[in-house]
Amino acid sequence: MGNGTSIGRVRGLGSAKHGSQHWLVQRFTAIGNLIAVGWLVISLLMLNNFNYITVHGWAARPFSATMLGLLVVTTFWHARLGVQVMVEDYVHDDGNRFACVAALNLLAFAGVAFGLVCVIRLALGAA
Amino acid sequence: MAQASPSARKRPLSPHLEIWRWGPAMAVSILHRVSGNGLAFVGLAVLLWWLGALVSGPAAYAIFTSLAGSWYGQVVLIGISWAFFNHLSSGLRHFVLDLGAGFELKANAAWSWLSMAGGIVLTVAFWAAILLR
Repeated sequence: MGNGTSIGRVRGLGSAKHGSQHWLVQRFTAIGNLIAVGWLVISLLMLNNFNYITVHGWAARPFSATMLGLLVVTTFWHARLGVQVMVEDYVHDDGNRFACVAALNLLAFAGVAFGLVCVIRLALGAA
Repeated sequence: MAQASPSARKRPLSPHLEIWRWGPAMAVSILHRVSGNGLAFVGLAVLLWWLGALVSGPAAYAIFTSLAGSWYGQVVLIGISWAFFNHLSSGLRHFVLDLGAGFELKANAAWSWLSMAGGIVLTVAFWAAILLR
C-alpha cells in the first residue's frame, strides 16, 4: 500500500472477496441446524425418560448416531462462522484478531473431533 | 485500523452512535447475537459433555444427570433451550429478510416482536412437554 497516488492509498483496503462464501455456508449450516437440532428436540421429547439405558440405547441406534454425528458437524461449523463474525466486529487489533480466529478454528475442529469420536463409540458399542 | 487517507483533514462523522432509541429490530438483532454466541460457548460445551458422559458409562452419566437436575443445572439448561429457540426464531426471520421481504417499518417491527415472542413460547412449550410427560 503506497501513499502517493489516490489508487495507491486505497489499494488492499477492500473486501477479501470471501464474504459471499461465508454468508452462504452460514445459511447452509443454519438449515442443517434446523433439521438436526429439531430432530434432537423431538427425539428427546419422545423418550420415556432420560435414564442411562434409555438414552444410551436410543443414541446407539444407527439412525440416531448418524443424526448426532451430523448435528455435531453442522452446529460446530455454524458456530465457527458465527463466532468469527463476532470476533471480527469487536477485536480491532490485527494480531489479536488473528489469534482469536486461529484459536476459534482449533477449538471448533477439536470439538467436532471429540463429538464424532463419542458418537462413533456409542454406535459401535465399544463403551 | 487502516486509514484510506493519511491526511488529518477533519471529516464529518455520522451522529448515529449517539442519537438512537431502542426498537424491536435492534433488540432482536442483539438477542440473535447473544443467543448464538451463548449456544456456541455454553450449548456446544454441554452437548459434548453429555455425549462424553453417555460414552463413558453409567457412573459418568449419573454425574451429568445429577448436575443437570440440580437447580443451577436447570437454570443452565433452560437458558440453553431459550437460546436455541430464540436463535431459531430470529434465524427464520433472517431467512425472510434475505429474500428481501419484511423491511417495511411496521412489518419489520411486528416480525421482530413475533420472533422474540416465538423463542419464549417454544421454550415454555418444550419444558411443559418435558415436565408433563
